[in-house]
Amino acid sequence: MARKVTTQRKLIVTALAWAIGLLIFFPIFWTILTSFKTEGEAISLPPKFLFFDWTLENYGVVQERSDYLRFAMNSIYLALGSTLFALVIAIPSAWAMAFAPGRRTKDLLMWMLSTKMMPPVGALIPIYLIFRDFGLLDTRGGIITVLMLLNLPIIIWMLYTYFKEIPAEILEASRMDGASLGKELLYVLTPMAIPGIASTLLLNIILAWNEAFWTLALTTKDAAPLTQFIASYSSPEGLFWAKLSAASTMAIAPILVLGWFAQKQLVRGLTFGAVK
Amino acid sequence: MATQQTRALGKLAVSPSVLALFLWMIVPLTMTIYFSFLRYNLLDPNPACSLMTPGQLADEANRCLAGFSNYTYFLTDPAFFKAMGNSLKLVGWVLVISVVGGTLLALLLDQAFYGRGFVRIMMIAPFLVMPTVSALVWKNMMMNPVTGFFAYISKSLGLQPIDWFAHYPMTAVVMMVAWQWVPFATLILLTSLQSLDEEQKEAAEMDGTPPLSYFWYIVLPHLIRPMTVVILIETIFLLNVFAEIYVTGTAGRAGNLPFLVYQYGLIANDIGGASAGGIIAVILANIVAFFLMRMIGKNLDA
Repeated sequence: MARKVTTQRKLIVTALAWAIGLLIFFPIFWTILTSFKTEGEAISLPPKFLFFDWTLENYGVVQERSDYLRFAMNSIYLALGSTLFALVIAIPSAWAMAFAPGRRTKDLLMWMLSTKMMPPVGALIPIYLIFRDFGLLDTRGGIITVLMLLNLPIIIWMLYTYFKEIPAEILEASRMDGASLGKELLYVLTPMAIPGIASTLLLNIILAWNEAFWTLALTTKDAAPLTQFIASYSSPEGLFWAKLSAASTMAIAPILVLGWFAQKQLVRGLTFGAVK
Repeated sequence: MATQQTRALGKLAVSPSVLALFLWMIVPLTMTIYFSFLRYNLLDPNPACSLMTPGQLADEANRCLAGFSNYTYFLTDPAFFKAMGNSLKLVGWVLVISVVGGTLLALLLDQAFYGRGFVRIMMIAPFLVMPTVSALVWKNMMMNPVTGFFAYISKSLGLQPIDWFAHYPMTAVVMMVAWQWVPFATLILLTSLQSLDEEQKEAAEMDGTPPLSYFWYIVLPHLIRPMTVVILIETIFLLNVFAEIYVTGTAGRAGNLPFLVYQYGLIANDIGGASAGGIIAVILANIVAFFLMRMIGKNLDA
C-alpha cells in the first residue's frame, strides 16, 4: 500500500523545503549572480537581483590578471594525479583484503583508517622541512604525493566495501582457468567493480580539489591550485566583489557539477562504509 | 577459501599501500616528536641541531636540547588557552548546529514534495564549496558591515548592521563553518532515514501514531548511530579547520590550535615549539579517534 499524502500537505512541505533550500543555497547563488555584475552594481544598495547589465567582463579580467587557467590546470593535475596514483596502489590492496583476507586484515584496515585521524599539524613541520630541503616546495609532484597519501586510506576503504559485494567465486573461477593475478585484477575484477571505482574516483577528486591545508602551506606559485588562487583574493582584491565572485564561481563550478553525481558516494566514502 | 598462494599474493599486493602509509605516518611523527625536544629556530644562525649526530648533540647540549621546555612553554602560553578554547567552541557549536539542523533538514527532505531532487542539491551544495571560497564569500559579500547582504537586511529592518568579523569573529567563523557542515550531517542522516523500514512507517501510520512519538520512539533510535558517526567524523575535520581562519584573517581572536601551530612554525620559525604544539594536537585527536575507531570496528564485524 502506497502511503497517501494529501495535496495540501504536499504543497506546504514544498513551500517550506524550497524556502529553506534557497536560503541555504543563497550565498552560492549570490556569488554566481554577482559575478555577472559590474563592480558598481555589485555593491549597490539595495542589491540588484535580475535587472542589471549582465556582463562577462569579470571573467576576462580575472583570467588576465591572475591567470585562472594556470591555477585550474594545477587543480586538475593535483586532483586527478593524486587520485589515479592512489588507485593504482589501492586496487591491489583492496583486492587482497576483500578476497584473500588473513588473520590481521581487519587490524590492517583499522590501522589504515587511523592514519587519517592524525591532525595535519602533527606532520606539517617535518613535511615542510623535508620539502624545503629536497626542493619539493611548490612542485606538483610533491603535492600530488601528499594528497595521494592523505586520501589513500579513504580510497582503500571505499574500494574494499565495493569489492566485498562482488562474489569471490567469480574471481576464483578465473584463477582456476589459469589467469594470473594481474590478469585477474585487470580483466575480471576491475570491469565488475567499475561503478565502485568510478564513485571512489569521483569522491577523491572532490576531496583533493577542495583540500586547503597542505595546498596552502606547501605551494606558492608554480604548483598552486585554486585554493591558493582564491586565498590570493583575500586582500585587497577581495574588495572587488564582482571579480572575487567570478573567481569563486570558476573555482567551485566544476566540483558542484561533480558533486551532483556523487551524493551517495560522499556518504559511503566519508563514513568509511559505516553509513551506506 | 583463500589458498596459501593467494594469501602470499595478497600480502604482496597490500604491501605498497602499507609501506606508503607507514612512512607517511611514522616519519613525520617521529621527526615532530624529536624536534619537540630541541631548541630549534629556523632563524638561528648556528648550525641546525636537527641534523646533528648524537655525539655533536651531546657537545652542544646546552644550546640544542630543550627537554620539556617547549611543551611547558607552549602549554603556558596564554595564546594556547585561547586557541584551545576557540578550537573547543568551534567544534562544540558546529556539532550542535549540524546535528540538530541536519536532523531537521533530513526529516524535511524525507517528505514527498515537488522538486525534491533539486532542493536536495541546493542543501548539499555548501559542503562542496572550497573552504577558501566560502571564507571569502562570507567575509565580504555576506558579512561586510556596509555593503554586505546581512547589513542590507538589518538596515531594511531598521536595525543597526553588525560588523561580524570585527565584533563577533568567533560567531562569524562558527556560522561559516556550520554552513559547510550542516549539509554533510543532512546527507548522512537522510541516507539513514531512507533505509528506515517502510513497513514500520506504514504500521505506525495505520495505528495513528502521533508524529512526535513516531519520531521519538522509531526515528530517533534509528538515527542514533549515524548521528554518532556524524559527530565523530565532523570532530576530526573540525579540529583541523584552518583555511577559514587563514583567509578571513581572524587568527587574532578566533585562531584555533592548528593555526597556533602554524604561527609558531611557519611564521615565528620556532620549530621546537611548533612541534610540541603539533604533538599536543595529535594527542587530542587521538582521544577522539579512539572512539570513532571502536564504532567503525564494530560495524566491520556486523
